[in-house]
Amino acid sequence: MSTVTSTARPAPPARAAAAPRRRPRVRITPGSVAVTVSALFLAVVWLLPLLWAVLTSLKPEGETTAVPVHWLPLEPTLEAYRVIIARGDLQQWLINSTIISTVVTLLTLVVCVLAAYAFSKTHFPGRSWLFALFIAGILVPPQVLIVPLFDEMTALGLVDTYWGVALPQVVAPVMVFILKRFFDAIPRDYEEAARLDGAGHLRVLCSVILPMSTPILAAVGIFTFVQAWNNFLWPFIATTDPALMTVPVGLGTVQGGYGIQYAQNMAAAVIGALPLIIVFMLFQRQVVRGVTDAGLK
Amino acid sequence: MTVHADTAPAGAARSRPADPGVRSLVRARRTTSWTGLWFVLPFTILFAVFLAWPLLAGLWTSFTDRSLAREDASFVGLANWQEMLTDSAVWQSLWVTLLFTAISTPLLVVIALAMALLTNRVTRLGWFLRFSFFAPFLLPVAVVTLIWVWLYQPGFGLVNAMLTTVGLPEVGWLTNENTVLLAVAITTVWWTVGFNFLLYLAALQGIPGYVHEAAALDGASPWQRLTRITLPLLRRTTALIVMLQMVASLKLFDQAYLMTNGSGGPDYAARPIIGYIFDSGFTGLRIGYASAISYLFFAIIIIASVIQFRLFARKGDAA
Repeated sequence: MSTVTSTARPAPPARAAAAPRRRPRVRITPGSVAVTVSALFLAVVWLLPLLWAVLTSLKPEGETTAVPVHWLPLEPTLEAYRVIIARGDLQQWLINSTIISTVVTLLTLVVCVLAAYAFSKTHFPGRSWLFALFIAGILVPPQVLIVPLFDEMTALGLVDTYWGVALPQVVAPVMVFILKRFFDAIPRDYEEAARLDGAGHLRVLCSVILPMSTPILAAVGIFTFVQAWNNFLWPFIATTDPALMTVPVGLGTVQGGYGIQYAQNMAAAVIGALPLIIVFMLFQRQVVRGVTDAGLK
Repeated sequence: MTVHADTAPAGAARSRPADPGVRSLVRARRTTSWTGLWFVLPFTILFAVFLAWPLLAGLWTSFTDRSLAREDASFVGLANWQEMLTDSAVWQSLWVTLLFTAISTPLLVVIALAMALLTNRVTRLGWFLRFSFFAPFLLPVAVVTLIWVWLYQPGFGLVNAMLTTVGLPEVGWLTNENTVLLAVAITTVWWTVGFNFLLYLAALQGIPGYVHEAAALDGASPWQRLTRITLPLLRRTTALIVMLQMVASLKLFDQAYLMTNGSGGPDYAARPIIGYIFDSGFTGLRIGYASAISYLFFAIIIIASVIQFRLFARKGDAA
């Protein structure tokens, strides 16, 4: 499962030895042409909605509803972007999303790594019992909890706060499970050597286990960040103040409320889509691995 | 929920067990201590406060007439549960959820498979295909729905413009009770198929090339290689994807809510069970009743997971 991004499939040894650096020669057959054409067609179909959104965002408002539909803006303008940016909401939502997703990711990593280490490398009373309880927690869909959680948050005074949005998202038993499985696979020799040298558990975790776990930490971190960034239902319920909303909630509830301004809506959508798309383009490998590795479980 | 044995880290996982002598020496030092408890404490507290407690509180609330509109609540026994069983809106929203799952799951599996097979065969433009198919998965739901509500507009929306260009009649995608759920399903397929695509692509790239070369030498046609070798080798991945996808589809809410402006669509034709929970609890303010429906939903998810797990376990044995 870890070879998602390696486009170069292992070549047979003989050929690899003969011409190690040359790409394998591709035979052009009717079949391969058909495959390429269908793949490109499907890719273009999949990109069309995004392309259409970008093109719409560049049109003056009057042009967006013109019939018949024309693809390219007749008079391209950045007016929609100017209006959206001048309004200021979207920047605030981007800041909120960045803060909340970062807090969720860091807390999830710290809290889940500590728990996973304890389950994997230490023995304490009630260990297997507690682990079974957490595993059972994986089965609980967050959607089941929204009503009582809102009730609880109201009582705790956490509605309309960053903590109220972030904390419930940190409880990810599945991440404890994923990390524990990885830690289990690290041979005891390493950690026992450090223990014999007098290192405490925290020291073993930080200087022995974590440096050997960077791939899984990246996977868990990226997956958690993407999930937190795009989470809708809980942040939607936990915030009523537009100043505290995340990108999905603000765009979903407030943006539409300004009336039907298609160019502006699409400009907002483009800006709202950009952060993760840019991250994806820069770190395609890591994002793909992170999402598949952590999302599989 | 974990299924794949081969997802463990490649390097560390495969190293051999320690020397037996060292092991017994080490085991003598490994005694029960309380240190580990300090390490699990932070997660345990968060788990207790934000998962276990609301889960139990919700169960209790489902036996009360608790409302967001007033402070006090009294015990009403099974009244909410009885009402739920005779409430046609519960069954209607449940039907919407199941219908959506039935429409979206096959599409999300088959299209993902087709994308992965094509991408795996194309040698040059792999990065472009991966980007096109996967990028929508990274969009926040509100971006997705803003774009698709715009695409579905009558008259100047792109989807209808394309239909009329090829001579087909316009469809009132989001205003017709017969098409609104289909419209939500199409949007969902576009948005989330990229994740399944990645899982399939990873599985395909795990199939060693010599398997195909051997088959080709034996004279197997490309079609035979696909149906006799590739698809059977992907069976575990397919079972996994179907399992993940069905549970994900049963949890439909976000996009259906946003695409219908929270109305559930004409005749509530696109209001899933979570939508009804939301409406009962946060619009109707009836927290007790909403909690009871939440538990019905929970039961359905558990049943679906158990059935799939059993089916999958059997398939895994056969493979």
